[in-house]
Amino acid sequence: MKTLEQIKDELKNYDGRPVKIMEVCGTHTGSIFKHGLRCLLSPKIQLISGPGCPVCVTNAAYIDKLVDYSLQEGHCVLTFGDMMKVKGSHMSLTEAKALGGKVDILYSPLSAVKLAMDNPGTQFIFAAVGFETTTPIYALIMDELIKNNIHNLRLLTSVKTIIPALEFICENEKEIDAFLCPGHVSVIIGSDAYDSLSKKYHKPCVIAGFEGEHILGAVYEIISQIKHQSFSVKNLYTSVVSGEGNIKAQELVNQYFEVVDDDWREIGVIPGSALRLKKDYEKYDAGSLLEAYVSVGPKCCRCSDVILGRIQPVECPLFSKVCSPLNAIGPCMVSVEGACGIWYKNRG
Amino acid sequence: MCVAVPGKVVEINGDIAKINIMNNITEANIKLVSVELGDYVLIHAGCVLEVMKKEAAKEILDIFEELGETLIENS
Amino acid sequence: MKINMSYGSGGVQTSNLIHDIFLKHFNNSILNRLEDSAVLNVSGKIAYTTDSFVVTPMFFKGGDIGKLAVCGTVNDLTMMGAIPKYLTCGFILEEGTEIETVERIAESMARAAKEAKVKIVAGDTKVIEGKGGVYINTSGIGEIAVNGVSVSACKEGDAILLSGNLGEHHAAIMSERMGIQNEISSDCAPLTGILNKFIKEGIKVHFMRDVTRGGLATILNEITDSSNCGVEIEETALPISNEIRGFCDILGLDPLYMANEGKMIAVVPGKQAEKALEAMRSSVYGKNAAIIGRITEGKSVTMKTTLQGTRRIDVLYGEGLPRIC
Repeated sequence: MKTLEQIKDELKNYDGRPVKIMEVCGTHTGSIFKHGLRCLLSPKIQLISGPGCPVCVTNAAYIDKLVDYSLQEGHCVLTFGDMMKVKGSHMSLTEAKALGGKVDILYSPLSAVKLAMDNPGTQFIFAAVGFETTTPIYALIMDELIKNNIHNLRLLTSVKTIIPALEFICENEKEIDAFLCPGHVSVIIGSDAYDSLSKKYHKPCVIAGFEGEHILGAVYEIISQIKHQSFSVKNLYTSVVSGEGNIKAQELVNQYFEVVDDDWREIGVIPGSALRLKKDYEKYDAGSLLEAYVSVGPKCCRCSDVILGRIQPVECPLFSKVCSPLNAIGPCMVSVEGACGIWYKNRG
Repeated sequence: MCVAVPGKVVEINGDIAKINIMNNITEANIKLVSVELGDYVLIHAGCVLEVMKKEAAKEILDIFEELGETLIENS
Repeated sequence: MKINMSYGSGGVQTSNLIHDIFLKHFNNSILNRLEDSAVLNVSGKIAYTTDSFVVTPMFFKGGDIGKLAVCGTVNDLTMMGAIPKYLTCGFILEEGTEIETVERIAESMARAAKEAKVKIVAGDTKVIEGKGGVYINTSGIGEIAVNGVSVSACKEGDAILLSGNLGEHHAAIMSERMGIQNEISSDCAPLTGILNKFIKEGIKVHFMRDVTRGGLATILNEITDSSNCGVEIEETALPISNEIRGFCDILGLDPLYMANEGKMIAVVPGKQAEKALEAMRSSVYGKNAAIIGRITEGKSVTMKTTLQGTRRIDVLYGEGLPRIC
């Protein structure tokens, strides 16, 4: 039995080989910052923010299409608060709204169904972004749309899957030693989903919750695996994460969605890394293929290098000089859980 | 990447349950899980993702238990 | 009955509105004269401020736009060490507003003014096209009772006190908008009582500020920006109710950045910290007051977290929107 003090003491005084741990999930990044965990670790343990922030990896063309919809007569874009400030090639939804664009912020995607039923004269476009955690909720929306014969609500999807992204990182970024795996994605996909990744690339994959103690415990487990050279998947979030995940949710997602290749903002196409509505449900898709849209990313912005763990935010030439939360150039600065925004708020 | 919060099921009406989160009552869809009154559940974006098998405080104790006695390298 | 454009015409309906609602509730000898401006008796230095109020919904648990409009200006005066004396108020009413609504608001303003011991001595009403919205501007004059209260007076070694629980106004408003049921009420209240206690107890207060939009985090950053000092606070010392914590968890909000309408911080000499705390706690709106940190050398705002980590506290950027990721 360890005590919190022992764990903190050992992590602070760790003097083994340097270890780079990628926290995949933006909510972990936020929690690490919120609890001030970095300064509790030895300088030899580095935490690097990964690609698990939907706002950061959704490409500019997607935002452009939302902006266009919001400005189109009779249309209204529904979105989570997170997406409001991200710039597309030209502007963000906040800016579109100031130009007269119709944009409503929702907390629950399912409330969009009621909104559509109550306002039959408006075409609603739901900005369906996210990872595996949120996708089942979009599948539930599909259930409702079909059941209630609703045709004025469509999804513009940018729904990513995390395992292909982690594989991409393992293939291309050799310096990452271990993954702190996303707790709430794992609720849906299950801890077994990381098995082959961990085996193939010899990486500790530790699933944890979001309290400071959860994260410290996971870092401890990772360091201990590295010390013993035994790399495996370890689930430290057993209250909600099982081996197989939420089967009901997975089945529902499989009913409506299929796996496709997808473009990650500034990173490029990662094979099999997204879900899109199946052909049978095409009429509910608001054009997620983004034909005729080309992403124009900001120059010199190194968000993609940050997401892939190649550099820390401070190493980007724009960081805090040109790019700040008030004038965010890249999405990692815009998002509440983007690595750059969080680093900026914690700058020394 | 996903904010989710634990709460207790206090009322069930078909696919919708009322969930108590530290004395804040909000509604959530329960179609992704099988829940009963009194269960603790994890909610994300107005939807229950999973029924909790234990409380967070208990879980942290279990983690500390599991991390065992071995010391990591501090030489 | 609903407000229509004729209520802003300056004719008989305007006059009825003034007599039947505003004079009835605000009733005092200065206002009752109905001259072009109020003639006031003041002595010595005065503090003078103005603020405008727009809020949806107009009525919420713990208050309404009227109470907010009085308390907001009263508190701005109080924070400069002034005892609030007189307020003016300008109403902009949208067509379609129920006259009963205007009366409820005026009634609430009168109640708040009575509690804060201020008189509403002048006013104005305009009507514009719209959908029943109400906007209020209040200006206020207070007599300076404590000199030299200024953000630049903060010194290393000073203690920082917070008068009560964080986040309540913001959470009350957001709960209404998001349909979350709870017992959270807006903390909207006049804080003059705390200043009076400070004066009575001989507290040499260096700086006071009400914790409104931008939250505690933004004010603490104003201290470091203007005083060449740093600020260090303790997470474990922050008064935050479990209900607010739960509410914040649901919507991904941070209590450090949430608005209050009846909370203040006071920066006092370290030696007087305990005495000032007692003074705050003995006041009606300071029961949960706490010493939350101190002024240090350095330049930034940092917080010792529950786990004894260190977190930098920055200002609020943009709006605090509910988020899921």
